[in-house]
Amino acid sequence: MNILSVDHLSITFGGVCAVDGVSFDIAEGLVFSIIGPNGAGKTTLFNLISGLYVPQDGRVLLAGEDVSGWTPERLACRGLSRTFQNLQIFFRLTALENVMVGRHRHERTGIFTDLLHLPAVERQNCETREQAMAALARIGLQTMADRPAGSLAYGDLKRLEIARALATEPSVLLLDEPAAGCNAVETAELEGVIRGIAKDGVTVVLVEHDMRLVMNVSDRIHVLANGRTLAEGTAAEVRADPAVIQAYLGGQEVGRAVG
Amino acid sequence: MAELLQFIFSGLTVGAIYALVALGFTLIYNASDVVNFAQGEFVMLGGMTTVFLGLAGVPLPIAALIAVIATVAVGVALHRLAIEPARGAGPVALIMITIGASIFLRGIAQIIFDKRFHSLPSLFGMDPIRVGGAAILPQSLVVLSGAVGIVVLLWVFIDRTLLGKAVIATAANRLAARLVGIDTRRIVGFSFAVSAAIGAVAGILVTPITLTSYEVGTLLALKGFAAAMLGGMGNAIGAVVGGILLGLLEAFAAGYLSSQYKDAVAFLVILAVLFAMPQGLFGRAKVDRV
Amino acid sequence: MRALFYSRLMPIAAVAVIAAVLPAFFPSAYYYRVAALVFVFALAGIGLNLLMGFAGQVSLGHAGFIGIGAYAVAVGPTHLGLPPWLSFFAGAALSAIVAFLVGRPILRLKGHYLAVATLGFGTLLSIVFTNEANLTGGPDGMAVPRLVLFGWAARGSETWYWISAASFVIGAALALNLIDSPTGRALRAIHDSEVAARVLGIDVAQKKLMVFVVSAVYASVAGSYLAMFNGLITPEVSGFLRSIELVAMVVLGGMGSIVGSLVGSAVIVVLPQALSFLHDYEHVVLGLIIMGVMIFLPGGIVPSLTALFAGRRA
Repeated sequence: MNILSVDHLSITFGGVCAVDGVSFDIAEGLVFSIIGPNGAGKTTLFNLISGLYVPQDGRVLLAGEDVSGWTPERLACRGLSRTFQNLQIFFRLTALENVMVGRHRHERTGIFTDLLHLPAVERQNCETREQAMAALARIGLQTMADRPAGSLAYGDLKRLEIARALATEPSVLLLDEPAAGCNAVETAELEGVIRGIAKDGVTVVLVEHDMRLVMNVSDRIHVLANGRTLAEGTAAEVRADPAVIQAYLGGQEVGRAVG
Repeated sequence: MAELLQFIFSGLTVGAIYALVALGFTLIYNASDVVNFAQGEFVMLGGMTTVFLGLAGVPLPIAALIAVIATVAVGVALHRLAIEPARGAGPVALIMITIGASIFLRGIAQIIFDKRFHSLPSLFGMDPIRVGGAAILPQSLVVLSGAVGIVVLLWVFIDRTLLGKAVIATAANRLAARLVGIDTRRIVGFSFAVSAAIGAVAGILVTPITLTSYEVGTLLALKGFAAAMLGGMGNAIGAVVGGILLGLLEAFAAGYLSSQYKDAVAFLVILAVLFAMPQGLFGRAKVDRV
Repeated sequence: MRALFYSRLMPIAAVAVIAAVLPAFFPSAYYYRVAALVFVFALAGIGLNLLMGFAGQVSLGHAGFIGIGAYAVAVGPTHLGLPPWLSFFAGAALSAIVAFLVGRPILRLKGHYLAVATLGFGTLLSIVFTNEANLTGGPDGMAVPRLVLFGWAARGSETWYWISAASFVIGAALALNLIDSPTGRALRAIHDSEVAARVLGIDVAQKKLMVFVVSAVYASVAGSYLAMFNGLITPEVSGFLRSIELVAMVVLGGMGSIVGSLVGSAVIVVLPQALSFLHDYEHVVLGLIIMGVMIFLPGGIVPSLTALFAGRRA
């Protein structure tokens, strides 16, 4: 079953067609990567799928349901979550509190019970805290739990955002350039994290520039250039595609970059 | 018809003042992203200082000149002492600072001057000129031509002088301006000075018609801001058009609806613009990048 | 669990103790009066703090809601024949409704656009209160009947001191409850990144509206108390200057510090009283305080002191 499908999705900004008729289907449980040169429309595509932009043409289907134009909040409640290229961490909250916010859609108290802090709220707080700690532990950040997010290192913050998105218990997780700004060690750790997420049954959609990471971790790769699909296939197929090589991977660089 | 013309005349006159206040707002906003609520106090200071210097025996033309210079000094001081130290504060903090400054200046004016209304003699006498059944005061023509003159001068300055170009550059991209060697701090200070001068002149010109007191600044600032929003925050032509339009709307509302709620027009305009078209008549809609 | 309970409500317990003990030091009814005013404005400040300090929004027109609460307990008994306590609840309900209707469009705005929209809204309310003289008594205001509950009339500074202190403690406890809850975390998240909050499933528009309505009700309650306490209400209570003072209180005390609202209110209320010989300088001092706080102490007094004692830089 295709957990996420995109059908001739298009959007134009001020005369520039940022995404032009892009289509793909993602089967459940895969790691699906979207690559392409800068300006190819990858983040715009993510913004379209995650409800931050409304498509001018085309559809987005989540588990078979047409969710085109849905707000991010609604999509989150349907199991779609994402991280951001430019960190959108809650800097004033602690690392733990960041992840606790991720549990919001599973929390069951309303404003009146919250104002009165009935026992249900205390129970909810405890449960949320436990779940959040577990999420932090899975990503290896449990020692940072009570530190203000603003004091964490960049690489840790990227992982924190992933932990936070995972706390929503998504069926589809969009990762927007998670390796950006990370060194080789951090990127290798990230690879492990992504494999772990996929093993837990979450479908991962990845936008990335780090070709080693992409080639190592992806089940399928979709190549974008100038807002349009250039190619799609397995890592081996895409590596060998002449159009992709010319537009993005470069001639002799391919061998060295992807080792 | 005569009634309509009358409303148009009074609307244009007060609209010209709103236009000048809005222009002052726009200058400072463009150079520094600060919404300067003390703009109205510049108008108040121009009028009140001239009045009190006149009462002290100084010939009016000199008094007016000194008043403008004094107001400019206040504008520069506002920038140096209140705005500069808070560089990097959020937009709301900066608005609060300028609001605090306007309250402070009002308080000072209350003490140095007094709490009564004052007037200045009209430049060309008080006999209204009859046009098409309606009457227009000669001073209204002075206000209108003064406003036009200031706008033209400003346009020439921005367009034809190097300093003017520097102001434009700072408005467009502060970092880039600094990288090409423009002292943006001086430019911002300069924009405060020019705004203060414009405000002061507006105050002096309009006092013979509307009178002045230590309190007039607050409402003027709010209305000038409404005009700037209407025209499109950051757009100079928009500021002038917005001001005139607001003046006319106010005059029509006062004449045809209710004179009591005249002041409410500006606030309704603010809300209407912000809800329906936040970029105003001439502005460009903003897109946030994620 | 116990530890969390204690740490959350401890500051309020401390305030309650101080409020109970303080009157022992009052030489005259005048002190009761000033302290009552401090608690009343601090109550309004709590609501504004939830809106500004936690949810990260801004309202430069919040005195408008104080005005609704104040005029409700004046107009209700005088023109509609409603008993004061019913008018009190009607005022709170009216404020909630107005906040709900106006909040939806207004809270779509951000930064200085939001600031000015709320300013415009608050001033509009003030103009209405000033102009509708047959209803509100116009610029000179109108008398407010005393609150009578089951035959007991609430009169005198001493009575109102206890009423407003108790209300502040309750209001603060509710606010602190809210903060340490899923709703509170959602609000704090919205403050830091609205877009992230949305993709995590938080209905940001609804939450912002909710906290706006809550803050309007706090202000309305404070306004009703003010009116019933003073026995007289004028449009000034809802004016631009009052709105600015309220924001200054919240910032001064510390955005995001509920107890800070008390500190901020104390400064803004007590200072003009203490400097009554400098009455003419009231605006000068207020202007200086606002500028000073926003430039040098934007974090506010309570958070800065807390950080100082905790050994960290604010």
